[in-house]
Amino acid sequence: MIGTNFIYSVAGLMFWAFAALSAADRANPKRFGNAGFYALLGVSFLFGDRIGDTGNGVLVLGLVAIAGSGAMGRGARRTTDPRERQAEATRRGNRLFLPALVIPATALFGTLAFTAMPRMIDPKQITLVALTCGVILALAIGYAWFRPRPAMPFSEGVRLMDGVGWAAVLPQMLASLGAVFALAGVGQVVGDIAGAAMPDGSLIGAVLVYAIGMTAFTMVMGNAFAAFPVMFAAVAMPLLIGRYHGDPAIIAAIGMLAGFCGTLMTPMAANFNLVPAALLDLKDKGAVIRAQVPTALPLLAVNIVLLYYLGFH
Amino acid sequence: MLVLAGIAVILAGFLLRFNPLLVVAVSALVTGLAAGIAPVAILAAFGKAFNANRYVSAVYIVLPVIGLLERHGLQERARGAIAALKGATVGRLLIGYLLFRQITAALGLTSIAGPAQSVRPLVAPMAEAAAERQGVRPGGDAIPAMAAATDNIGLFFGEDIFIAIGSILLMKGVLEGYGIVIQPLHLSLWAIPTAIAALLIHGGRLWWLDRRLARAA
Repeated sequence: MIGTNFIYSVAGLMFWAFAALSAADRANPKRFGNAGFYALLGVSFLFGDRIGDTGNGVLVLGLVAIAGSGAMGRGARRTTDPRERQAEATRRGNRLFLPALVIPATALFGTLAFTAMPRMIDPKQITLVALTCGVILALAIGYAWFRPRPAMPFSEGVRLMDGVGWAAVLPQMLASLGAVFALAGVGQVVGDIAGAAMPDGSLIGAVLVYAIGMTAFTMVMGNAFAAFPVMFAAVAMPLLIGRYHGDPAIIAAIGMLAGFCGTLMTPMAANFNLVPAALLDLKDKGAVIRAQVPTALPLLAVNIVLLYYLGFH
Repeated sequence: MLVLAGIAVILAGFLLRFNPLLVVAVSALVTGLAAGIAPVAILAAFGKAFNANRYVSAVYIVLPVIGLLERHGLQERARGAIAALKGATVGRLLIGYLLFRQITAALGLTSIAGPAQSVRPLVAPMAEAAAERQGVRPGGDAIPAMAAATDNIGLFFGEDIFIAIGSILLMKGVLEGYGIVIQPLHLSLWAIPTAIAALLIHGGRLWWLDRRLARAA
């Protein structure tokens, strides 16, 4: 059955290509740091299921050692300059959009088509499998049209990857930290504190603690998924649903969305807030967060109002 | 109480600007030790979860295609296409993108767009080209940051309307843990009011951005 094994093989081989190209980049004084980091990521994608839990833990320590010691830096590979690009953009015209649009189009039609073949394609991974197919198709079109040297797409890819750097694995690291937190019972303790902070006998007080607690805990963990079980157990279940007889579906759904408002405001949500800033070469790494706060705060207020007026009928 | 030391490590590490990967690893160690878990067991738990969450980092497979297209002028073409379009403003462009992102995410198509797939190669250069025509000086952070923000907001407040997305399944699982059985559709319907509010609030900000630029010009 085609599923994660297919996606992860493609990703693993790509990271090994990134590692080889980084190692060969003599103009970059930190080339071996980059190469080591990408090589380890390749191992994780290709062999992660075979090296055991402790083996994966050691692999993570390797990634942390390389990133934490400042051994990574941007490569110095040459690409085309703005004038060459402008000339080529004029010459090639709107056809340049086609390969870029092949990826979402394949992802869309693949998702629809693969749903009909649950025995061939893992139903849980349909969209990612379709996306991977789209990437391979677009790459094939790129090779046929531009006739680049075989390594050229990966050389251009590593240029973008270097811009993201170690931040690429921060989301995966935070998800893993969440697993350790769960094992250590952090949620229970945070829940007890939130419960103790609760003003007695006030519905609006309980709604506020729940919604703002979701936002705040999401900001610390970088992920509303980690905050939801904690705040639901601490406030929603005993008070909003237990004592005030709120509708569980509404309390859960809108509470989660209050958490999403927190995701918009925290550097811990690296894949949404720091990675785009790196990919767009922004000078201020907090610029995306600052663009989001004026939407996130009013939206949090809306969620609180919706919880209060829709949740208890 | 001692297990909260890990959260303190995260906050302190971020404020003191240590490398975040290092901060997360130290926080995991401190939390585990405070709970009386052996170091090797902490390492194994961390490694297991890291391996299980690889799909988060799989999206980087789009970078070679995007990089190749950029080499051949994709960003410049995206700018040119907007510059040739009369009446295109940064606000209108991003409101259109916000709607597109919310609707496709609500249909479960969360990975067809994103910072690597669409914002860097297409949306950000288009937004910059439109803003430059409205008198914004090129090279600033504000317009590309707004493009990335619009992508996130569209995704977050669209995806929860889809019944098979991770957050819906998580809520269903947690509720079942308390003996409350709810259909995913029922949860996803209640994401619609917030989705509309997000469209109005963020769309309103983008409309206001156009007005501000028109007045300054």
